[in-house]
Amino acid sequence: MDESAAATGTTSPTERPACIAVRGLTMAYGSFVVMRDLNFTVGRGDIFIIMGGSGCGKSTLLRHMIGLIEPAAGEVCYGAFNFTKAGPQARERMLRRFGVLYQAGALWGSMTLAENVGLPLEEFTDLSPNEIRQIAALKLALVGLKGFEDFYPSQISGGMQKRAGLARAMALDPEILFCDEPSSGLDPISSRLLDNLILDLRDNLGATVVVVSHELASILAIGDNSVFLDGESRTMIASGDPKELLAHSTDPRVHRFLTRGADGRRTA
Amino acid sequence: MHCMRVESSALPSSQLSFGRASGETLVLALAGDWRLRPGFASGAAVERELERPPLSRRVAFNAQELGEWDSSLLAFITEVVELCHARDVAVDFSELPSGLKRMVELAEAVPEEKSAHSASIRAPLAARVGAATIAYVQSTGEFVSFLGAVTIALGRFVTGRARYRRVDLMVTIQDCGANAFGIVTLISFLVGTILAFMGAVQLEQFGAAIYVADLVGIGMARDMGAMMTAIIMAGRTGAAFAAQLGTMKVTQEIDALTTMGISPMEFLVAPRVLALILMMPLLCFYSDLMGVLGGAAVGSGVLGLSFTTYFRETFHAVTLGDVLGGVFKSSVYGVIIAIAGCLRGFQCGNNSSAVGDAATSAVVTGIVFIVVACGAFALVFNILGI
Repeated sequence: MDESAAATGTTSPTERPACIAVRGLTMAYGSFVVMRDLNFTVGRGDIFIIMGGSGCGKSTLLRHMIGLIEPAAGEVCYGAFNFTKAGPQARERMLRRFGVLYQAGALWGSMTLAENVGLPLEEFTDLSPNEIRQIAALKLALVGLKGFEDFYPSQISGGMQKRAGLARAMALDPEILFCDEPSSGLDPISSRLLDNLILDLRDNLGATVVVVSHELASILAIGDNSVFLDGESRTMIASGDPKELLAHSTDPRVHRFLTRGADGRRTA
Repeated sequence: MHCMRVESSALPSSQLSFGRASGETLVLALAGDWRLRPGFASGAAVERELERPPLSRRVAFNAQELGEWDSSLLAFITEVVELCHARDVAVDFSELPSGLKRMVELAEAVPEEKSAHSASIRAPLAARVGAATIAYVQSTGEFVSFLGAVTIALGRFVTGRARYRRVDLMVTIQDCGANAFGIVTLISFLVGTILAFMGAVQLEQFGAAIYVADLVGIGMARDMGAMMTAIIMAGRTGAAFAAQLGTMKVTQEIDALTTMGISPMEFLVAPRVLALILMMPLLCFYSDLMGVLGGAAVGSGVLGLSFTTYFRETFHAVTLGDVLGGVFKSSVYGVIIAIAGCLRGFQCGNNSSAVGDAATSAVVTGIVFIVVACGAFALVFNILGI
């Protein structure tokens, strides 16, 4: 992405084929518009970051992309598949190709970790209970939770719950992985491990990853492409590789965000 | 403040005194320790001073005597700044200690959070009535579509196409059935005794005490057994359903099911509705028996009837139709309780207090609809001559 494009905030032309396309998306709660006119594409195999200040609508955008909220206008497409206009059954089939990591893990409290990870396998594959348990144990081991198969979510820490949530999101080897603030509430080392895990997943399983984040270190470490949402103007004001944006963006809001407001520690 | 000449001083408190300096300047002299205690200095005295002629154009501070200070001083100064802004009076902070100056600037400089939801403004009456009507129509629509979704889910359940975990169904059945035995026993027995006492007072006057058995038997079998079980279960299980599903909504567990392509209707709602449909008739029949036992206790203890006479009279009076009618009603009440509980759970907001509201609302909705259904049954059964 060249400097002028980064400065004016145009959608970056990705080299990889587009996997997700968001067109003219407007998000609203009743008459309250959260964000309007969002246009961006996510390339296949990219780690795509949705960034912006707290409360500007990043998670809301993610919820629109996975169909938990209906857009007020615009559409979300996966390849040639128009997700917004699709019927419930077609959507359900598409959802099986997604993995979603929720902000607090969202593990089912009445099931053990192995059952949590095993449920999607149980529902959507013909594997035997033993095979399911084996795969669930493997996925838990991948996120560093070997030996915790029979623990309930309430018996493990918040960070572990989040990792278990990631194991569950990976259960069906999804094509697209959505992560809602994966590193929030984690210590720097756990957060780094989670970032590495996301990179590994992309590199080894070829997944496309969409991450909602405002953790700068994480954004700059893993992001290939991004969109910057601005709560004040209620729309996207920049997009592109976060590292490029940091180096070249002339928009003061983007620059201030990516430098932690370094243009003055005590700016109001 | 070397350029100022202090002309007069008033002492509204030991911490604050006023002076006048050249150039229409009001000098606030701050002295002593400023501590956050009840009755710390307010801006009222400054306001009076500002309005006293000659009018000041500028306010300055003298902090030479100032001792220790905390937020009380900060609150006082910000109030003074607001008073001055309202009167177009300039404020000079230059003589304040630098830490205090920095804090005042910070308090003044916080920008208005434009991205936050704007504060709600009280709308005119007509708009509020309109909004309430729209909300009511929407909630009715939600209820109807929820009912439709539950029906479809139950259909898939019965035909074996639903996705659910058998263990969840079993646990719910245990919770709605066996675990409710104690409370149903107690309440039903007591309701039986209350019915018997009420009847006994009247019937004894006519020497017809034996008909207490008919009254209790028919009363429990036709209505009271089903009704009392339903009210107990609405308070116990309906509230639990709403709280469970509400919490799952808050923690995004329901979203996690949805995005996994597993219908929460089939996975969460259908087993709960089915458990209550199956368990309510059993509990209702059990409640009928307990009620009759309660009546018999009063019959033998107070009215001097033998158990044999009491039970013979009961079996003579109560028909199979009465019992089956009551049991059928209880099944319908079960559906109402489960749907009210699950619907309120699904409608739960995204915070912990909303879970409590959902549980309360589930009980209220459940009981209201149970009583409405009871009235409707009474009418229909009367027309049909059952």
